[in-house]
Amino acid sequence: MIDHLPILPVLVPMLGALLLLLPPLSKSLERQRMASLLVSALTLLASLALLLHTREQGIQLYALGDWQPPFGIVLVADMLSTLMVLLTAVLGLAALLYGAAGDDKTGAYFYPLILFQLMGINGAFLTGDIFNLFVFFEVLLIASYALLIHGGGKQKTQAGFHYVALNLVGSSLFLFALGILYGTLGTLNIADMSTKVALLSEAESVLARAGGMLLLVVFGLKAAMLPLHFWLTRAYASAAAPVAALFAIMTKVGIYSLFRVHTVVFGDHAGGLANMIEPWIWPLAILTVLAGSIGALASPNLRELTANLVIISVGTLLIAVALQNEQATAAGLYYLVHSTFVSAALFLVAGLISDQRGKAADRFVVARKVRQPALLGVCFFVGAMTVAGIPPFSGFVGKVLMLQSAQSLAEMAWVWPTLLISSLITIIALSRGGTTLFWRRTSDKSQADAASPWQVAATALLLLAAPLMVALGGPITEYTEQAARQLHQLPASIDVLLPGGPS
Amino acid sequence: MEAVYAVCVGLLTFSGIFLCLRGRTFPVVMGLTLLSYAVNLFLFSSGRLKLDGAAILGTSYTYADPLPQALVLTAIVIGFAMTAFVVILAMRARADLGNDHVDGRLPPQPEIKPRRKKDQA
Repeated sequence: MIDHLPILPVLVPMLGALLLLLPPLSKSLERQRMASLLVSALTLLASLALLLHTREQGIQLYALGDWQPPFGIVLVADMLSTLMVLLTAVLGLAALLYGAAGDDKTGAYFYPLILFQLMGINGAFLTGDIFNLFVFFEVLLIASYALLIHGGGKQKTQAGFHYVALNLVGSSLFLFALGILYGTLGTLNIADMSTKVALLSEAESVLARAGGMLLLVVFGLKAAMLPLHFWLTRAYASAAAPVAALFAIMTKVGIYSLFRVHTVVFGDHAGGLANMIEPWIWPLAILTVLAGSIGALASPNLRELTANLVIISVGTLLIAVALQNEQATAAGLYYLVHSTFVSAALFLVAGLISDQRGKAADRFVVARKVRQPALLGVCFFVGAMTVAGIPPFSGFVGKVLMLQSAQSLAEMAWVWPTLLISSLITIIALSRGGTTLFWRRTSDKSQADAASPWQVAATALLLLAAPLMVALGGPITEYTEQAARQLHQLPASIDVLLPGGPS
Repeated sequence: MEAVYAVCVGLLTFSGIFLCLRGRTFPVVMGLTLLSYAVNLFLFSSGRLKLDGAAILGTSYTYADPLPQALVLTAIVIGFAMTAFVVILAMRARADLGNDHVDGRLPPQPEIKPRRKKDQA
């Protein structure tokens, strides 16, 4: 049983989703709710067990159908991927809890779609084969296409078409890149690719460089890197609240893939292709942060503001990718976990606020008072403090770690002002938005119902991460440091990843 | 053979990208389809082009790399599903938004002023 642990985070949601589509469960929404929460809790348990097991025993390799690498497809559970899987499981549970309050009624197949999406995301994190990464990308994307337009309406269809068309072009580019890399390297196993890339001849390495750059475009599109980020605000702002919260992990899938491919395959030991994206990613990262900041200042409602905060967090993570050292990767991982939780929480808070403000929804205009000002105010305030990086919460630790990881003077000169100015702008945008939402109001009483316990539980679950990540800061940073070391010192673990030697 | 093949892939990609940049949903869907054709051909060629080569060892003198064929098969299946989805989405966008423009609204038409006749004044 313990041998099969690495595949459980993929298998459990998939089987759960299939069961939800079959008669005894598909008939009643109540049963679907309970079953999907159960499946999601099981996924969470499996992810947690996998994380602890990997931490104790080192990298776990799971050969599907017992076909040995480099020819068979493998799942690789190392410290980085298990951390991401656990993060996804928590986020999935929160999205399902929130959805159980009524968002599941506005369209068909809410629960199976969320579970399929979880399966795709977990698979993308766990796979050790780059073509398999493409397949899992498609699984998570097709679930996300359907989830994005869940609930229907003009806005969603409009944003949905852009999102789908862009991602289909992205998938084509991904396949072009894979074709080029397979043609030059002759393998698709990520660990095997990393051993092959240094042996390329001059002519082949030009091709491999083109493939690697294409992958940067693809992952940049998923992660919403600067010139490719325009789809994000509209898509995230129009999605239903639990869906938007789950989408908070989607940009991180892109960042994870950048770490996985451009640190492992085209990392320090890649010969002529070592760190080839570095000159590109520096300006793009900084400009992404700036674009997100400008967008945050211009946002007319809380959901768009949060979507722009997601772009800022993506830019910050790209800086961690650009710094290309262990300390920066470790800081980036801490920041990644923190920013995923807090942006998901803010999407949920925005959903709660717009439910209680009548027609004005979450737009920054004078409107009636929310029904539960104390509860929502506290939630918003904690979320805002965290995302801006003000001391008692995890955002502060994340930003300090990021600032510390810039070592040379030139790095500091770029990283420090970018991050600090973006924090300042975040504070300005959020305080402007918050004062309008809670204090500038008419005397009308809110007609809305109070938030359901499900919704409050989901929001609290995500917001609790902010103080918890500070309280458990020691163990978490220790873990991220180990994960970063594992990622950067790949040659040390190559024997585990390729038991039969390179092809 | 390689040159003809490369020209075909290039032409398909060119047409695909051109159509993807059009303003209506139907050409965009066609463009995405052409792009996926181009990709499938390209992936197939990544195992090198060979004549008279079976993908199974021992059945012919030379043999072809079977992996790209498997990859293309996967890519074709995924491409079909995605095309079906995007067609339905385009139809729904047409129904929901009342037009088939990719932005969901028609770009503003330049105003044409009626010409004033000279002898009226």
